[in-house]
Amino acid sequence: MSVLVYIDTLSGHISKSVNEAVYYGSKLGAVTVLTNGSVDASALAELGKFGAAKVLVHRGLNTNDAVQLTRLVAEAVKASGATKIVFSLDLTGRAVAPRIAAHLKAGLVSGAISLPDASGVYKVNVFSGKAFGCVKVNSAITVINLTPNSISVETGSGTAAVEDFSADCGAASYTVKSVEKQEGDILLPEAELVVSAGRGLKGPENWGMVEDLAKSLGAATACSRPVADIGWRPHHEHVGQTGLAIRPNLYIAAGISGAIQHLAGVNGSKVIVVINTDPEAPFFKAADYGVVGDAFDVLPKLTAEIKKLKAQN
Amino acid sequence: MKFLVCISKAPDTTTKIEFADNNTKFNEAGVQYIVNPYDEWYALVRALELKETLGGTVTTITVGGADDEPVIRKALAIGADDAVRINGSANDAYAIAFQIADYAKKGEFDIVFTGKETINYNGSQVGGMIAELMNLPYISLATKLELAGNTATIHKEMTGGVEVVSLNTPFVISAAKGMAEQRIPNMRGIMAARTKPLQVIEPVACDELVTFVSYELPKAKSACKIISADNMAELVNLLHTEAKVI
Ligand SMILES: Cc1cc2nc3c(=O)[nH]c(=O)nc-3n(C[C@H](O)[C@H](O)[C@H](O)COP(=O)(O)OP(=O)(O)OC[C@H]3O[C@@H](n4cnc5c(N)ncnc54)[C@H](O)[C@@H]3O)c2cc1C
Repeated sequence: MSVLVYIDTLSGHISKSVNEAVYYGSKLGAVTVLTNGSVDASALAELGKFGAAKVLVHRGLNTNDAVQLTRLVAEAVKASGATKIVFSLDLTGRAVAPRIAAHLKAGLVSGAISLPDASGVYKVNVFSGKAFGCVKVNSAITVINLTPNSISVETGSGTAAVEDFSADCGAASYTVKSVEKQEGDILLPEAELVVSAGRGLKGPENWGMVEDLAKSLGAATACSRPVADIGWRPHHEHVGQTGLAIRPNLYIAAGISGAIQHLAGVNGSKVIVVINTDPEAPFFKAADYGVVGDAFDVLPKLTAEIKKLKAQN
Repeated sequence: MKFLVCISKAPDTTTKIEFADNNTKFNEAGVQYIVNPYDEWYALVRALELKETLGGTVTTITVGGADDEPVIRKALAIGADDAVRINGSANDAYAIAFQIADYAKKGEFDIVFTGKETINYNGSQVGGMIAELMNLPYISLATKLELAGNTATIHKEMTGGVEVVSLNTPFVISAAKGMAEQRIPNMRGIMAARTKPLQVIEPVACDELVTFVSYELPKAKSACKIISADNMAELVNLLHTEAKVI
């Protein structure tokens, strides 16, 4: 079976979720990867390690315009005869996968967290992480949007052949006036380690100790909804039912009560550590490790111990 | 300006999720429904703000049965002018988008709004599908939208940042946090909503491309290990050697 994996490389980097999408595709069949823009060919060749045989790049198209990318993917589907099309459920996947699915009249498995089972049934996230749905596709072509951090990737040794691919993608559907880059280099949706804090931190001036802990671990930072709403932290850090749903290996929550809406976005985490002064805080019920204590005291101590561990290894 | 806002119902965020009929159906017993927060707080409220400054109408559209009407009335209470309910079942994103696109094509709307995703199916699918079926531009995950004449300036999230883009109407947009603030309907709005037009139309024929065959709940967590606040060395050791996450 021929599989097409579209990857977003506009930032110039190959992100972890891209590797996951390529690896996932390789478990479904023979993978052709498709991307656009000016990312290094040598970085693309490395995708061979994750199972890509071939990478097609449309060099002339430096955009994530959903109209143009839909045409690009449609052309590559025609050229490759792919019957499975994989995206990462990143910002580009959210825009393009539904368009190409409608264009091809193909079922879209959105938020997949597993490969299909023997009867072709995929597991997806539903109810904001409170449950899983098992879905079956009724069309000849299947489009899959893979949830970041949901599968474990094994690395092989191949090198992918990188080829230029050009297609008539039509005119841009909008004009880009400016781009504001986000600070920090670890993107929350694909971070393996996340340090998060809530209203218990009392004010934005106290986030230094959250950032210190995150830095010592190489973790991304997140927050509860009220913290983003009051403007203590940027909106893109808000996790939960009405924010980002994340699935890191480790989620450390300090000064967050663990309301059901917050848990919804983080209970896919493999390990949860909760730091809270209140032993009755609901978050302890969802935690693997709990510390009943004052975040102002515990966070710096934890950071110091992490630094010790890092110094030993 | 004519705005169309897609509204879907979702279980209240405090709902305990359970399934019935051998895990093949969401158990609706005792469930309170709300307007999907992304549709309400961001898409609908921004459409209303634009209407209030620029003039025009805000119509809501929902694919669903008669039991969706209380939620539709809530959107009318917040300020939408009228509502459309397509009397179909909301099982498959493509089928939903197909019904909405079929209606919207005839309506000459300037902007079709959706929320970023629903909090029950989290698909982020319907907006993009409507755009493709209507052959319109699609701006997904917009956090800010301004209109001057028929030119829109939009902040949209992109991987690792925000892009400021401009385009002319018509287009489809999905609204994320930042677009607007939640509005609480007042008594006058609630009274007025009772008599606002709610048109029910029958669906057109369309295939279902994806079927939910069953559901599962996540495995229950084992009991939480409590570590003394004075012993962070132990926590780090457990994370390193037992949980193996650092
Ligand atoms: C429709 C809807 C959607 C929502 N969506 C979300 C969502 O997506 N994400 C989200 O997070 N919330 C969401 N909420 C809000 C949610 O219900 C909670 O109100 C919110 O998560 C609480 O945030 P918090 O835990 O930071 O603050 P609080 O509830 O105020 O809790 C603060 C916690 O900090 C502890 N604390 C205080 N001081 C210290 C200290 N010095 N050291 C350690 N601990 C301390 C307290 O014991 C308490 O447990 C939603 C609510 C609704 C109604």
